[in-house]
Amino acid sequence: MSNQATLTKKDFQSDQEVRWCPGCGDYVILSAIQKHMAEVGADPSNVVFVSGIGCSSRFPYYMNTYGFHTIHGRAPAFATGIKVANPELDVWLITGDGDAMSIGGNHFIHALRRNINMNVLMFNNQIYGLTKGQYSPTSPEGKRTKTSPMGAIDRPFNPISLALGANSTFAARTLDTDSKHMAAIFSAAHKHQGTAFVEILQNCVIFNKDFYNDTVAKDVRAEKTIDLIPGEKMIFGSEREKGLRVNGWNVEVCSAEESDVWDAGTESSAPAFLMSQMDDDPNLPMPLGIFRSVDATCYDKAVNGQVEEALAKEGPGDLKELIWSGNCWEID
Amino acid sequence: MTTIQQPGSELPLQQLENVVIRFAGDSGDGMQITGNQFTMTSALAGNDLATLPDFPAEIRAPVGTRPGVSGFQLQFSANDIHTPGDAPDVLVAMNPAALAVNLSTLKPGGLIVVNTGSFKATDLRKAKLETNPLEDGSLDAFRVIPVDINQRVLDALSDSELSKKDKARCKNFYTLGLMYWVYSRPLETTMDWLATKFAKKPDLVSANQTALQAGYNAGDIHELFQGRYEVPKTDALPAGTYRNINGNQAVALGVVAGAQLAGLRPVLGSYPITPASTILEELAGLKRFGVITMQLEDEIAAVCAAIGASFTGCLGVTSTSGPGMALKGEAMGLAVSAELPLLILDIQRAGPSTGMPTKVEQSDLLQAVFGRNGDTPMPVLAASSPADALEVTIDACRIAVEFMTPVIFLSDNFIANGSEPWLLPDLDTLKEFPVEFATNPEGHRTYMRDEKGSRPWVKPGTPDMAFRIGGLEKDTDGNISYDPDNHQSMTDQRHQKVQNVANTYPPTEVVGETKGDLVVLGWGSSKGIITQSVIDSLQAGRKVSRIHLRNIWPLPNDLDEILTGFKAILVPEMNVGQLARVLRSEMPHQNFISYSKVTGQPFLVSEITEKIATILEN
Ligand SMILES: Cc1ncc(C[n+]2csc(CCOP(=O)(O)OP(=O)(O)O)c2C)c(N)n1
Ligand code: SF4
Ligand SMILES: [Mg+2]
Repeated sequence: MSNQATLTKKDFQSDQEVRWCPGCGDYVILSAIQKHMAEVGADPSNVVFVSGIGCSSRFPYYMNTYGFHTIHGRAPAFATGIKVANPELDVWLITGDGDAMSIGGNHFIHALRRNINMNVLMFNNQIYGLTKGQYSPTSPEGKRTKTSPMGAIDRPFNPISLALGANSTFAARTLDTDSKHMAAIFSAAHKHQGTAFVEILQNCVIFNKDFYNDTVAKDVRAEKTIDLIPGEKMIFGSEREKGLRVNGWNVEVCSAEESDVWDAGTESSAPAFLMSQMDDDPNLPMPLGIFRSVDATCYDKAVNGQVEEALAKEGPGDLKELIWSGNCWEID
Repeated sequence: MTTIQQPGSELPLQQLENVVIRFAGDSGDGMQITGNQFTMTSALAGNDLATLPDFPAEIRAPVGTRPGVSGFQLQFSANDIHTPGDAPDVLVAMNPAALAVNLSTLKPGGLIVVNTGSFKATDLRKAKLETNPLEDGSLDAFRVIPVDINQRVLDALSDSELSKKDKARCKNFYTLGLMYWVYSRPLETTMDWLATKFAKKPDLVSANQTALQAGYNAGDIHELFQGRYEVPKTDALPAGTYRNINGNQAVALGVVAGAQLAGLRPVLGSYPITPASTILEELAGLKRFGVITMQLEDEIAAVCAAIGASFTGCLGVTSTSGPGMALKGEAMGLAVSAELPLLILDIQRAGPSTGMPTKVEQSDLLQAVFGRNGDTPMPVLAASSPADALEVTIDACRIAVEFMTPVIFLSDNFIANGSEPWLLPDLDTLKEFPVEFATNPEGHRTYMRDEKGSRPWVKPGTPDMAFRIGGLEKDTDGNISYDPDNHQSMTDQRHQKVQNVANTYPPTEVVGETKGDLVVLGWGSSKGIITQSVIDSLQAGRKVSRIHLRNIWPLPNDLDEILTGFKAILVPEMNVGQLARVLRSEMPHQNFISYSKVTGQPFLVSEITEKIATILEN
């Protein structure tokens, strides 16, 4: 299969029956990924999908590639071992908002700071899907669920802000209802050398149906969101008449003409952080698109680089010599 | 000894069979280095030896206090010895706290070399002593050699440019020199070691070398001692090339060797924890062997990264101690379910919880054998000495790859930091166990089994072999299955596979008679102590045999039948009877007598010998 010139989306579908609820946003994400893989001509036998636990984490079973469905929250650590042990593999990590931000928060931030060369797709439905609808670390304050009957009192994580705080070299947000946008973001993430973190707003039709409709439903999306495209002006609005510009420590709405050009590659992550914090401001649009994309050393390369350096400097290790090293003595 | 010595003349040289010496001082006094140097020099002189480092968990507990005392005990001998010795013949005490803490273990009539320079009123107060033991008669039962080491070091280094503080830090080498003189040891090994150790700081090399020489000369000049001793080289050790090795070094070598024998790259995921950290440190320095080490964010990440490496076709390894084992449990279960090889190195320490990080205990046995959710069988092996650790590590690698299973290797603080002469193995005799990865999709199924019950290993990257695995129950094709019969069958298959590991063990060795009233069944680091107890018991006319278990799980197939030859089976353990509990549940008809000790210190030979006597007399 690997030698075939052109693969189609179908070649990336496994023979397993997909078992998400009808209407779940996960279907379209799966489809978008399968399409992306075919489009970039990925070799299925060189791709590994790693996941934690959750509805979203069932994803690897449905890809006709190598796959490892691991344990809750720890997928970044497995992926780290996989990528370091074999940097040739194309590693994708599939996780949920609970998986990545709650039980796996520690592994999540450390994978980002190490900048393992892989793609992290976090399906954010702001709910624990698999365990049937408890609030998650990204659920908004006041969210009523079975475990928060009077409303959640935890302050939620903003996934993009968290990723930026962990020194993420690539952070983006996309939407399960927009296949085109997903395609663009997946392709940018895939090209990125380092950990590419993508938050996908995902509809859990059973436990958090249409939670995002206030901002991303067709009729409001143009007004309530902005697409951050590096190198392009920050423009939004139903007539694309509005823009954003940075003024001191604030982001403000201006006319389209007055808007700033978005730069996701500044040395400091401060501008990206400012953008990510707009989520909390009802007067500002919620950004989608690419918040940050910068180059940095990848841990997996560096680890293997040190091994090669040692080999070059000291020559390949000889076990006998190693055992015979130190102070030896003879007894006869 | 009655010889009265005339100044300047040759002192009498007395031959001894063996000596137990304990260096004790403040944690900042360099006692571990002193002990290790004495060990090295004695090894090169051809003695058999065994060591027991005993240090506090705190890097620098308050100076001069009892909790801050660091000790290093060493037995060196002209005979075949198995333990660091129950009671020291000689105590070197650098301060009052060191004296107070160790005095009770010293043999009656034993020798105390004491640094009188550290016995001022404040020193006594820090050691919580109301009177000065040098003056209050509490040392009357011993021979005391008072030396103001603090002052003598300063005198010896009067020409040195070093600060007074730096000069004072040379006192352990002065002390070492003195003890080298007493036991007629050459200075070369330590002189050379100093030259390499401080190569970048020549003034420290010369100061420490001067201190070492001055200590040595003091023996001659100051008539401190009435004679010198000599422990001749042993002829009990088999011929060959030797070096000293401690348990964690041996494990690191074992990982490299085991991976080579399997034809795999070793990938270690770890998180620092006493007393396992030095395995990570050792392996991090062996990159030229293709070893990959990762220091992860915690023990969970460490084991997960190691499993990830195994997923790609490398030999995943993780090293830790009890608290880390507790954290790794869930991921180990995944490795059992996914059936991936993994080597889990548990260097046990005293528990529960943080327990006593630098003290010895064998209390992770039940955690290793059973401590996971679900029916999660896993082979468990235990090393019995530093040198043995290499072989056991290699065998653990073999089992992991031959049976596609995680394997737990148990060692402990006594093995990890203790050292012994190690007869260097002939590497050519080590048997290879090369891994063959599956590459042919024809007839391949993810969980098909060979005659051992093991499943094929496929490397991601192999064309047309893509698979998906995970912790959900699966069928033979690796697809998720909640079918009741399938779960029964897969559980049975995993269980049977681990049981099959026992088919690869060599026959269990009984040392001594194969039938009788009593056999001592030990495991782990107590081997040397039990061996000596059995030798002593036999000499005292008590008939007792000995078995030492390397394979804790599954138990050897022949064990039950062998034990049937004995009326009673004594199981000494540094826990509250964990192996005994396992044995009783597996062989309820046998008469196991548990002997438990949990002081954070190894058994004494005498303790086990007495226990043997008591059992045989009743
Ligand atoms: C150690 C452990 N704790 C708890 C669980 C139960 N659990 C499974 S998935 C999950 C939450 C999943 O939420 P999320 O990551 O948001 O994924 P989603 O189902 O929403 O896609 C929980 C709590 C588990 N499997 N393992
Ligand atoms: S519970 Fe929600 S997230 Fe899970 S499959 Fe159903 S719709 Fe999707
Ligand atoms: Mg969720």
